[in-house]
Amino acid sequence: MSTQAPQRHRLEDEFTSEHHVYEPHKVGLPPIGSYVRELWRRREFAVELARTNLRAQHFNTVFGQLWLVINPLLLAGVYFILVDILRSGSRGEDFLAHLMAGLFAYYLVQQSLNQGVRSVVSGGRLILNTAFPRALLPIASVITAFMRFLPTFAIYIPLHFAFGMPVGIEMLWLIPIGLILIVFASGMTMLVAAGQVYFRDIKNFLPYATRIWLYSTPILYYASEVPDRYDWILTVNPLAPIITAWSTVIDNANTPALDDMLLATAWAVGTFLVAAVFFVSREREFAVRI
Amino acid sequence: MPSGSEPERTAIKVEDLSVTYKTSIERRPTLKEAFKRVGRRERFIHEIEAVKNVSFEVPRGSVLGIVGANGAGKSTLVRSIAGILPPTSGRVEVNGRVSTLLALGVGFNRKLTGRENVTLGGLAAGWSREELAHKYDDIVRFAELKKFMDLPMRTYSSGMYGRLAFSVAVNMDPDILLIDEALSVGDARFKRKSFRRMRKLCEADSTVVLVSHALQSIKDLCDHAIWMHEGELRMWDEPDAVIDAYTEFLEVGDDAVTMEDV
Repeated sequence: MSTQAPQRHRLEDEFTSEHHVYEPHKVGLPPIGSYVRELWRRREFAVELARTNLRAQHFNTVFGQLWLVINPLLLAGVYFILVDILRSGSRGEDFLAHLMAGLFAYYLVQQSLNQGVRSVVSGGRLILNTAFPRALLPIASVITAFMRFLPTFAIYIPLHFAFGMPVGIEMLWLIPIGLILIVFASGMTMLVAAGQVYFRDIKNFLPYATRIWLYSTPILYYASEVPDRYDWILTVNPLAPIITAWSTVIDNANTPALDDMLLATAWAVGTFLVAAVFFVSREREFAVRI
Repeated sequence: MPSGSEPERTAIKVEDLSVTYKTSIERRPTLKEAFKRVGRRERFIHEIEAVKNVSFEVPRGSVLGIVGANGAGKSTLVRSIAGILPPTSGRVEVNGRVSTLLALGVGFNRKLTGRENVTLGGLAAGWSREELAHKYDDIVRFAELKKFMDLPMRTYSSGMYGRLAFSVAVNMDPDILLIDEALSVGDARFKRKSFRRMRKLCEADSTVVLVSHALQSIKDLCDHAIWMHEGELRMWDEPDAVIDAYTEFLEVGDDAVTMEDV
């Protein structure tokens, strides 16, 4: 074997083992066990790529960081004024809190998609010349979005108290709901990242899609206010149960409704599985498509 | 240090390998075009048989050169040995840790600095942070780019770019080093230095696969050579014989221009 003994154990798998055999895949999927193992082994790569993405967005400068917080705050302010005018000035601080918390959660998904849609296509040379689980690229985008979400949520916490919103042990529900949101965002991000390889205009459609999606999610209004004839919008929108559960906890410090939680989990897990199979079964083709 | 089993003497074994891929011939595939096409029942998919029924073996500790015209399937062949492109049929067996060049995705994002590219490329290739920190100085020293590591890679010349990529690849201590058209970018001094480094790797029982248009480099460095022509293996022999046949095929004779770089 080589004179330089490897510093750590090598796994018997597709990407780094001492012995590889490459044969045509009978089905599109590579062996899942070793794929996931390799993915986990290279988690540092995803984190580093996420950090680098942020650095590229000048997150490391004081004003850059400030902007990442000011921007969503400004948008929340604009949306609040807009809704308040439409409602003849009847909205109070509790609605502002609802809107901000919902908007910041929504931006986690939106940022993942915006960043993720380019993740594979801009991976160029890395994809052409290195064998690694490509799913790390969209995952890094989700991590970037999460890193941008954290400071906005940190700003929200003192405001929650300042607005006199209810607080309780039920707030811990935000953790599983946040996880569901991230799983869902990861699934959607894998879909658009792989889709962009085949259809390069997905990136151009995305801003319209995310805007419509924002308006059809109960963020700029309460889910309970939606008239019956528009109920179907909440029914077909996968984000509706997730954000409704999120808002129930934020607005009232209540336990989220069971059917919202079940629906949210089903949407998130379902989307993630479909997206993962789609992405992973296609990923070996990316090298010749980009 | 083989544990128990007989050390495998074949580093790379390619058996009846074919790689076919479908590619879109639209300049830029879009949904809009796809919708417009539905009515017309057209399909803009083109099949490329990049590699056709190729078989060869590379023994451990030797250097294999690959020559051939542009589009002969050399890069596809190397990428399927690296496990980046899956075989359509046939089989590739590789014994050892593979390092590819222009590899590691070094320079995959030209807006990032050399340091960031090395870090990201290394982590993607499966190094740990400790390994990376351990080897980083060696990489920079060999590439002679100490002053440039914190500059974006778009400011690099193509020579600097190639030097960094080569340095990363050899410093992985690979069992198998795959080099695709890289040596032409460095200056004469760096070229000599990289030759020495590759020889050292071979003495340490590593295996090198070298794709190059610099025929003299193939003659100097390789133990065997193959000639790819339109996806097929034309010849697999001693480097001198392969190069002679190839230059004759090119009908340009054995002049200095071909020998250095075409």
